[in-house]
Amino acid sequence: MSNETTTGIDERVNEMSSFRNALIRPELGGIIGTIAVFAVFIFLAGDSGMFSVQGVMNWSVVSAQFMIIAVGACLLMIAGEFDLSVGSMIGFAGMLIAIFGVTFGWPMWMAIILTFVICMTIGALNGLICIRTGLPSFIVTLAFLFILRGFTIFLPQTIERKTIIGGIREAAEGDWLGIIFGGKILQGLFIYLGDLGVIAVFSRGTRAGQPVVDGIPMLIVWALGLVIFGHILLTKTRFGNWVFASGGDAEAARNSGVPVSKVKILMFMFTAFCATVFATCQVMEFGSAGADRGLLKEFEAIIAVVIGGALLTGGYGSVIGAALGALIFGVVQQGLFFAGVESSLFRVFLGVILLGAVILNTYIRRLITGER
Amino acid sequence: MNAQTEKKPIIEMRNIRKTYGPVIALAGVSIKIYPGECHCLLGDNGAGKSTFIKTMSGVVKPTEGDIIVDGNVQNFENPRDAMEAGISTVHQHLAMIPLMSVSRNFFLGNEPTKKIAGIQFYDREKADHETMEAMRKMGINLRGPDQAVGTLSGGERQTVAISRAVHFGAKVLILDEPTSALGVRQTSNVLATIDKVRKEGVAVVFITHNVRHALAVGDRFTVLNRGTTHGTAERGGITPEALQDLMAGGQELASLEGSLGGTV
Ligand SMILES: Nc1ncnc2c1ncn2[C@@H]1O[C@H](COP(=O)(O)OP(=O)(O)OP(=O)(O)O)[C@@H](O)[C@H]1O
Ligand SMILES: [Mg+2]
Repeated sequence: MSNETTTGIDERVNEMSSFRNALIRPELGGIIGTIAVFAVFIFLAGDSGMFSVQGVMNWSVVSAQFMIIAVGACLLMIAGEFDLSVGSMIGFAGMLIAIFGVTFGWPMWMAIILTFVICMTIGALNGLICIRTGLPSFIVTLAFLFILRGFTIFLPQTIERKTIIGGIREAAEGDWLGIIFGGKILQGLFIYLGDLGVIAVFSRGTRAGQPVVDGIPMLIVWALGLVIFGHILLTKTRFGNWVFASGGDAEAARNSGVPVSKVKILMFMFTAFCATVFATCQVMEFGSAGADRGLLKEFEAIIAVVIGGALLTGGYGSVIGAALGALIFGVVQQGLFFAGVESSLFRVFLGVILLGAVILNTYIRRLITGER
Repeated sequence: MNAQTEKKPIIEMRNIRKTYGPVIALAGVSIKIYPGECHCLLGDNGAGKSTFIKTMSGVVKPTEGDIIVDGNVQNFENPRDAMEAGISTVHQHLAMIPLMSVSRNFFLGNEPTKKIAGIQFYDREKADHETMEAMRKMGINLRGPDQAVGTLSGGERQTVAISRAVHFGAKVLILDEPTSALGVRQTSNVLATIDKVRKEGVAVVFITHNVRHALAVGDRFTVLNRGTTHGTAERGGITPEALQDLMAGGQELASLEGSLGGTV
């Protein structure tokens, strides 16, 4: 490799490409969609409290949940694979934490770490089976969708004779790792803002005088952290280049020296990691694990990713786009509630947005890649 | 021929066999590749040329036989091993990712990095700059380094693949029909490039169906025929007519040549 410096770049070419980059990028569809969705709900539900501090926190939490699993699904999809077992993995991980931490009475940090290890191992197994057999990940992870859901129902029934295990919040009391998933940050700031009268405070009850929103849940911190991590990994590192290549053309990538199997297995593990983060935050918030948690989450993650401009067949997409897709998803779901729209119409909205986004994204992608 | 014949081979392929189930793609092929020489591999369609160079570049594992690099027996587990031994390849099907930009394709597997706060990041400016530089040398003017490979013409794509291999081919450069889609100017550029890197001491393995191209740059010629070889001829040791006959397996071409008026 030569070690020439970057002097003498053709400015004309550079200028043109940065102009093009600024305008036409994979997440353009997500940006347009986000603006459109906010415009609609400011119009429909502007005075319903949707944009008060409480309202913002409400749809932010829902969007952050989608974001956490969308980041994993996005990277995996760009690497050319799917994971349909994400929803079952969420239920399974939550149940493991409850069994280890409550039924067995182990320290919460140990329960959480062990759960992460088990779930990421299952993720690696998903990947390994796909690579070794050459079967489509769609089928392999569909099998795990059933296997994991089955265990999530079977385990608590055999051990505790019920399908919901509670008492997690009590078991996690004061646990250092529990705080990282179930705690809140900036609580001082919110109390300060409440005292200043910038945000509303409770006027009655045991919490009188405290702000209505008392901090930013760790769930949101995790979501933003994962989005930033995923975005940097994908666009700013050589590993990111390998992720795109593995999904774009695995054979060509392998011939160019990319360790395709390793990349794909790592992405399966990352998806499992994201699902477990979701599950841990959820059981910390609810204080219980249920056998039906996480149903259909795999599809919601995939929808968010596709709204965000990723190509279902791999090799193309953006984490920022997926995050915007998750935001759109959360805002629409909660916004319809604020606007007082019949909740069954959510699905209609979702379908329309999905279709619109995919058509727009296909058009943008053709502009960028000259795909024929 | 001069002192070059006394050089030690950089790669020796010894009795390479490759079978796909009942199909015998290679039935024991041995050749020696010398630094600073262009070794032409010739032969009919399906003769086994691509399969042979794939064993050299780590894409295919030979069923039997040894690959000896610099005197040591090597077992390439994957293409990366071969690259690390200084072997880079332009495959017949190019190994490019259409949805990715030219510069990301160019450096795929060899991404330049820079350290920021102790973390290795992809050095995009360097990749973009060096890609444009290399492409200009090959006579292709790209719109920009972030143009997707899918938007390039077939010949442009082939040129990107060739300049990538030249850029990273430290010791051995393998070209599998690199000129099949190229224009006149780009073809002569590729032949000139082969000549240039050869003079720098790189060993070149050049697969072509074009006798004139082979004779223009070749130092040695090996003809494969249905998975076997009848040895290697040196430049000057074989007439162009004999070579052409060998490449097509003998008589068939001779009779064709009559009816086409010697245009083949
Ligand atoms: N993966 C495979 N499975 C089965 N047979 C194969 C495989 N790869 C190659 N072959 C067979 O091996 C033989 C040699 O193929 P190869 O691609 O090496 O030919 P070639 O000399 O490069 O031909 P061309 O000039 O057309 O590129 C062919 O008969 C082909 O059918
Ligand atoms: Mg071939």
